[in-house]
Amino acid sequence: MSHHIVEAQDLHYTYPDGTRGLSGVSFRISHGESVALVGENGAGKSTLLLHLNGYLAATRGTVRIGDYPLTSKNLHAVRRAVGMVFQNSDDQLFMPTVFDDVAFGPLNLGLSEVEVELRVAQSLETVGAGHLRKRPPYKLSQGEKRSVAIATVLAMSPDILVMDEPTASLDPMSRSRLIELLKTFRHTKIIATHDLDMAADLCERTIVLHQGKVTADGPTIELFRDEGLLHRSSLEKPLRMQKCPVCSSRAD
Amino acid sequence: MNNIGRNSFDIGYMDTLAGGDSYLHRLDPRAKLITAFLFIVAVVSFGRYAVFALIPFLVYPAVMISLGGLPYGYLLKKVLVVSPFAIVIGIFNPLMDREIVMQIGGIGISGGWISFASILLRFVLTVSAALIVIALTGFNTVCLALTKLGVPRPFVVQLMFFYRYLFVLTDEAERMVRARSLRTFDAGAMRFKTFVPLIGHLLLRTLDRAERIYLAMRCRGFDGRIPMIRSLRIHFREVAFVTGWAVLFTVLRCYNIPLLLGSLVTEAFR
Repeated sequence: MSHHIVEAQDLHYTYPDGTRGLSGVSFRISHGESVALVGENGAGKSTLLLHLNGYLAATRGTVRIGDYPLTSKNLHAVRRAVGMVFQNSDDQLFMPTVFDDVAFGPLNLGLSEVEVELRVAQSLETVGAGHLRKRPPYKLSQGEKRSVAIATVLAMSPDILVMDEPTASLDPMSRSRLIELLKTFRHTKIIATHDLDMAADLCERTIVLHQGKVTADGPTIELFRDEGLLHRSSLEKPLRMQKCPVCSSRAD
Repeated sequence: MNNIGRNSFDIGYMDTLAGGDSYLHRLDPRAKLITAFLFIVAVVSFGRYAVFALIPFLVYPAVMISLGGLPYGYLLKKVLVVSPFAIVIGIFNPLMDREIVMQIGGIGISGGWISFASILLRFVLTVSAALIVIALTGFNTVCLALTKLGVPRPFVVQLMFFYRYLFVLTDEAERMVRARSLRTFDAGAMRFKTFVPLIGHLLLRTLDRAERIYLAMRCRGFDGRIPMIRSLRIHFREVAFVTGWAVLFTVLRCYNIPLLLGSLVTEAFR
C-alpha cells in the first residue's frame, strides 16, 4: 500500500514578498505513521502543510504523495488522498448546515445520493456529532466545530490526514476527546502543533522545524528529552515530562 | 455596550422562526417565493400617487404573519431598521412637487407628500413581504428555492456565503470595536481617524479568510458548483396557495377597492 506515503525532497519556498518559508526540507513518512510537526511560530509548519495538498508550489524540490509526484495535473487525485483539517474550523465549515458541509466533498466526488447520505452519517458518527447534522455551523461550540471539520474530511475517505493545530482553542475535555478519537484513526497522520503533550500521546515520530529547516527528525520521546533542541526551537518539554511543581518529583 | 452583536443575533432569530411548524412553514419554499414575488410586482406596478389603492395589499402580510404565528413586533422593528433608505429616497418629493392635488378639511396636500406616502407604504409592503418569506422558510432554503427556480448559481452562492459569514464578520467587527473601546477612555464616539484603519483592517482580514475558505473548498473538490441534496415537491396545496394569492393580487391591482367601497357608501347615503 504505497499510496499512503508522503515524501518531501529538498523543498524550498519563498513567499512573493520575499519572506523565506522553507529552505531545504526533506523527509519521508510511510504508511500508517503518525508524525508531529513542531517548531516555533513562523518556523514554516503551516507553509509545509500547504505544500502537501498542492496549495503552494515549491520554488525548488518535489513532494510525492503515494505514487504521484505532486504536479498541477494530478492535483485532484492528491487532494482526494490528503485530507486537511484547518486550524480555524470556521474556514472549513462554509455550508448552511452540518449535513450539507459534510456532504460537500462526497457530492463533488460524484457519489450517488444514497452513498453520500451513508458517508455523512458514518463520518458524523465517528466523531460523535450525529446529533448536530441539522444545525448551522456558526451556532456550534469550538469543540463541536472541530469534530464536524474532521468529519468533513473523513467523509472524503482520505489516505492521509493533515492537521494544523487540531487542539488549539479547545477546552481540556474536548481536547482529550479529540486525542482519543485521533488515536482510533488508521490513516497516515501529519499533525502540526505546539501541544507537545498531544504529540507525545499520538505521534511516535516528530519532525522539528526551525527557520524553514528540519533540525531534528526521530522518535518523539527522545527528541522531547533533548532540552537544548527544544530550547533552540522555542519549545518546552511536555508538561508530563517536567518536574511536578507541587511534589517536585520527576514524572517520567 | 455596542449593538453589532445584538443585531446579528437578531438576524439569527429569523432562522429560529423558520423552524416553526405551521401550514405556511411546511409549504414548498418555491410557492412562497413566487407568491412574494407576484406581490412585490403588483405593489410596485402602481402609479406614483397611489396610496389608497395600496392599502388593501396589507392583507397579505397580515394573513401570512397570523397564520405563520410570526411575532408582529419583531418584524415591524426589522422593517423600521431599514426604513431610512426609503425615507432618503422619498424625502425630496414634497419639496420638488408642490402642486396641490387634494384637499382634506381645507388643507391642501401637494403631490409630493402623496408620492412620499406612496413610497413609504410600498416600502413597508415589499420589505415585510421579503422578511416574511425568510422568517417562514429560512434563508438557506430560500437560496435553494432560488436555485431550483433557475436563478444563476453564482448569484445564489454569493447570497449563501454572505449569510454564512455575516455572523463571523460581525463577531470579528465586534471584537475589534470592543478592543478599541476598552482602550479609549474618553468614551466618545469613534473618530474618523480610528474608524478608517479599523474598516481597512477588517477588509484585509476578510480577504485572508476568503482565501482560506476557498482553499478549504478546493481541498474538497470544489469546481464552481455547490452541490446539495434536497428534495422539493410541488403538491396541490402549493398550486392552490399561489393561484389564490395571484387572483387576489390581480383583483386588488385592477380595482381600487377603497374607492369602490367609498362610492358604495356615498351612494347608499344619497
